[in-house]
Amino acid sequence: MARTSKVPSPIGGLTQPPAKIEVTLTVNGVEAHLQVAPWTTLLDALRDHLDLTGTKKGCDHGQCGACTVLVDGRRINSCLTLAVMKDGAQVTTIEGLAANGALHPLQQAFIEHDAFQCGYCTPGQICSAAGLIAEGKAKTSDEIRELMSGNICRCGAYPNIVAAIEQAMGVMRDRS
Amino acid sequence: MINFEYARASSVADAVRQIAMAPGAKFIAGGTNLIDLMKEDVERPTRLIDITALPLKAVEEMSDGSLRIGALVPNTDLAYHPLIQQRYPLLSSAILAGASQQLRNMASTGGNLLQRTRCPYFYDVVTPCNKREPGTGCSARNGLNRMHAILGTSEACIATHPSDMCVALAALEAKVHVLGPAGERAIPFAEFHRLPGDTPQIDSNLRRDEIVTAVELPSPGFADNYTYLKIRDRQSYAFALVSVAVGLELSGGVVREARLALGGVAHKPWRDPAAEATLRGQTPNETNFKRVADTLLREAKGYPYNAFKIELARRALVRALTQAAQGTPQSQSNKKIL
Repeated sequence: MARTSKVPSPIGGLTQPPAKIEVTLTVNGVEAHLQVAPWTTLLDALRDHLDLTGTKKGCDHGQCGACTVLVDGRRINSCLTLAVMKDGAQVTTIEGLAANGALHPLQQAFIEHDAFQCGYCTPGQICSAAGLIAEGKAKTSDEIRELMSGNICRCGAYPNIVAAIEQAMGVMRDRS
Repeated sequence: MINFEYARASSVADAVRQIAMAPGAKFIAGGTNLIDLMKEDVERPTRLIDITALPLKAVEEMSDGSLRIGALVPNTDLAYHPLIQQRYPLLSSAILAGASQQLRNMASTGGNLLQRTRCPYFYDVVTPCNKREPGTGCSARNGLNRMHAILGTSEACIATHPSDMCVALAALEAKVHVLGPAGERAIPFAEFHRLPGDTPQIDSNLRRDEIVTAVELPSPGFADNYTYLKIRDRQSYAFALVSVAVGLELSGGVVREARLALGGVAHKPWRDPAAEATLRGQTPNETNFKRVADTLLREAKGYPYNAFKIELARRALVRALTQAAQGTPQSQSNKKIL
């Protein structure tokens, strides 16, 4: 079939590239000042501007969950968020979960339950699970599965991921 | 994604002013659909107007018993809001049946209404698509149309509206409050989205220079007898093949009021008030449910790969009516269909 769309010009409908915009993000407790283009996603800002490559780019379309981070305590897909729209936000990535030299209970549980094979989806799985535990809506394994469905694992480690999250929920409940 | 300018709106009036001044501009809130479409070069706004700071985040009880939901209330907050869970559990259930928790955390109430079809040809800019580029033809009619519409289609377009939330809002007869240069107006939900006809590039009757400010839910919530039944290829995080929202009011062993809306079958959430009316005064039993399903689907038309949806919709309607009548709504975590 014929291509029906014109190839967009590099600067779209603009006569000049827009100026970069200053954005302040507090990432894992550290304040960062960035100069980003309007179209820089939060994911690209984290990986390419702040060198925090723990957050993964999988599909880049919000379908796989590998880019999941916590923004102001809520889990979101960082690939579908513009950095300029998160000015002033608190961001937590996989690099920010361990505290005082100890792994986060979810990180420990993922190791103990062998909840991954290749590991590419794991940072997103763990950040998503941290969001899930904070939400407090999942009580049963059915509910964990349902509320983790935005994180795809192509190695198929799902049973172990659910077991790891259940363990971490228990550990975090006991601590609080 | 083409390059674009970024601006923030400081008030709802400012947002309306800004969009009127910039013909290539679009509003952005959650961004879950718009940014994806921009990455695919389907949407190419030259300016994004960020409306996330606007004061449209409240769920308010009105004196007439209705509920007013701000356009920027995130889908998650709405689904778990105590008033929604108590009075409109159908809406809560439908929201939780859609997308993933990450996307629901981002997506706004107004944006959910305005999300675009997930027809693969609409997304694929190298194929003809009348919705994306009017006049180029519809690739889906003779293509892979397994996910496509069976009701209200046209020669030009057989795309479906992808929302689950909107199916419940249609059944609940919500109203959409909008603001434009000419002032405010309220659009009944049945008139918000439109059928494709020969202008499938237009999804809704919201004008380009208007902004959604709120969704209003009238008082009847059908909290005792409701269900949202969604049939899909995988058990979670997939668009509906067919979904059914049901709200029933029962008393004295008969149906007093019936609301039925179908998702995944048309360019808009599908309502047929005439079919619903045939249930009034009737006993809620399988014979009557089959009859109303037949009436509702009388004009359904299948394409090469989606004709199965007609029988699927018929059975889903009967099952959903049964769930609602029995007061056993579909669970959105345990996916067993009872």
